Amino acid sequence: MTINEKQDDIINEFSMYDDWMEKYEYIIELGKDIPKIDTSKMDEEHLIHGCQSQVWVDAKVEDGKLFFEADSDAIITKGMIGLLIRVLSGEKPEDIVKADLYFIDKIGLHENLSPTRSNGLLGMIKKVRELALENLKQKYK
Amino acid sequence: MEKSVETKRLFDVQEVRADFPTLNQEVYKRRLIYFDNGATSQKPQSVIDALTTYYAHNNSNVHRGVHFLSQQATEQYEIARKTIANYIHAKHDYECIFTRGTTESINLVASCFGEMLQEGDEIIISQMEHHSNIVPWQFLRDRKKCVLKVIPMNENGELLMDEFEKLLTEKTKIVAVTHVSNTLGTINPIDEIVKKSHAVGAKVLVDGAQSIQHFKIDVQAWDCDFYTFSGHKVFGPTGIGVLYGKEELLNAMPPYQGGGDMIDRVTFEKTTYNVLPFKFEAGTPHIAGAICLGKAFDYLNQFEPEALQKHEEELEEYAQVGLMQIHGIELYGTAAHKGSLVSFNGKSVHPFDLGTLLDKQGIATRTGHHCTQPIMDFFKIPGTVRASFAFYNTKEEIDIFLKAVEKSMQMLS
Repeated sequence: MTINEKQDDIINEFSMYDDWMEKYEYIIELGKDIPKIDTSKMDEEHLIHGCQSQVWVDAKVEDGKLFFEADSDAIITKGMIGLLIRVLSGEKPEDIVKADLYFIDKIGLHENLSPTRSNGLLGMIKKVRELALENLKQKYK
Repeated sequence: MEKSVETKRLFDVQEVRADFPTLNQEVYKRRLIYFDNGATSQKPQSVIDALTTYYAHNNSNVHRGVHFLSQQATEQYEIARKTIANYIHAKHDYECIFTRGTTESINLVASCFGEMLQEGDEIIISQMEHHSNIVPWQFLRDRKKCVLKVIPMNENGELLMDEFEKLLTEKTKIVAVTHVSNTLGTINPIDEIVKKSHAVGAKVLVDGAQSIQHFKIDVQAWDCDFYTFSGHKVFGPTGIGVLYGKEELLNAMPPYQGGGDMIDRVTFEKTTYNVLPFKFEAGTPHIAGAICLGKAFDYLNQFEPEALQKHEEELEEYAQVGLMQIHGIELYGTAAHKGSLVSFNGKSVHPFDLGTLLDKQGIATRTGHHCTQPIMDFFKIPGTVRASFAFYNTKEEIDIFLKAVEKSMQMLS
């Protein structure tokens, strides 16, 4: 599945809900299902500071693909992170760098990307792109 | 002769709500419930109209203008100052300086009054201060090599007055405390703080950001030296606020910013300064803001302040009792004297999650550290959810809010 196919899948899933509370109920369930990140990785190195909630991200490379692991102290943020991981984890760094994450807007969660909202989601997207870019640089060094 | 009695408008919450157009709308297909009054209040139609009228008909620069419009604008600007001075019972109008808000008012005092401090002088603040009443004093401490002391509080969020007394010395030059805590709602004993501070010769600044919209203030009865507030929290526009200061202190302090209006005579060798209040109002002020802030006080002056206060007290008590009955809710700020807000968390629930779900149910609250990180450190929490009320809120809204909290808690547990 490509990044865009995965995004379209999510948009499709969310189209079933017309009520905001149902959408968030789904996000909360996603948040609960994501395994907790190893406590040793909940350090300053992996932390993305948010004003409202905090996010920890770790990445590893396997067969030229990037795999992400992330956690948050807020369950809704964690659910949103889960969606992001589903879209980007297991993809090639060059695809991650150029990915257009249109699903966030389409499912109505764009308000979480405003810099003043600052729940860590925007920081996570930035971090994931940075990690992918770093990986690319090393590859072509 | 019979004494004339001013008839006040009877307080009827439904009638009052109709004066605030922002309240009458839906968000996420639900009726908006606005419980973020601690952050900013909504504006009555009279204030909104005054803003339009000013820009449509009266716009002109104040002071020194020979023409009609300028004289009109100046008159309105100065009437607003008078209205505000009367409301807080200042001895003189010119003791009320227009600023951008509480933050600028405190920075002005820390900067200008602070200029008169010496190395080793002491400043006292409290553990429940907003960052705006912490950071300017840290600047001053570092600039003048002063000592910054902090009044501790107990688990209920009440200042430890015995400890405060121990902190006071003959070196204490200023005590800067909030009247009402923006996070915990605690109403601090300003009377007592002023008396004890004055006894050692220290001046007192009262942060009134969370008090002027709830209480009738009397700066002379308190005998405080400075009182600060923001217009937008008291039903006026953003970008305008007030610093009240005693005449002799404001006269003794050096000016804050240099520019037009604040001068008396300028030569390249020497400049002399204008009289109060102009000495502290350099540059073109926020004329429209000041005039509309005056209108916000005109709005408040229609009512008996006790009627509004009683309604707000009832709201706070109703919300607090209601929250206590919801399983897993922890309240922060349970002082005996408390203003009209509730700060709370769900057990093992992040405040961001709770606040987000309340928002999606049409309820505006605030989550986070509320610019009071030392309070969060004290309770060892990342933040709280805060519902802060104004006189236009109702018990019916609180009923909906309590149900929404309950539903959110179920979803998150």
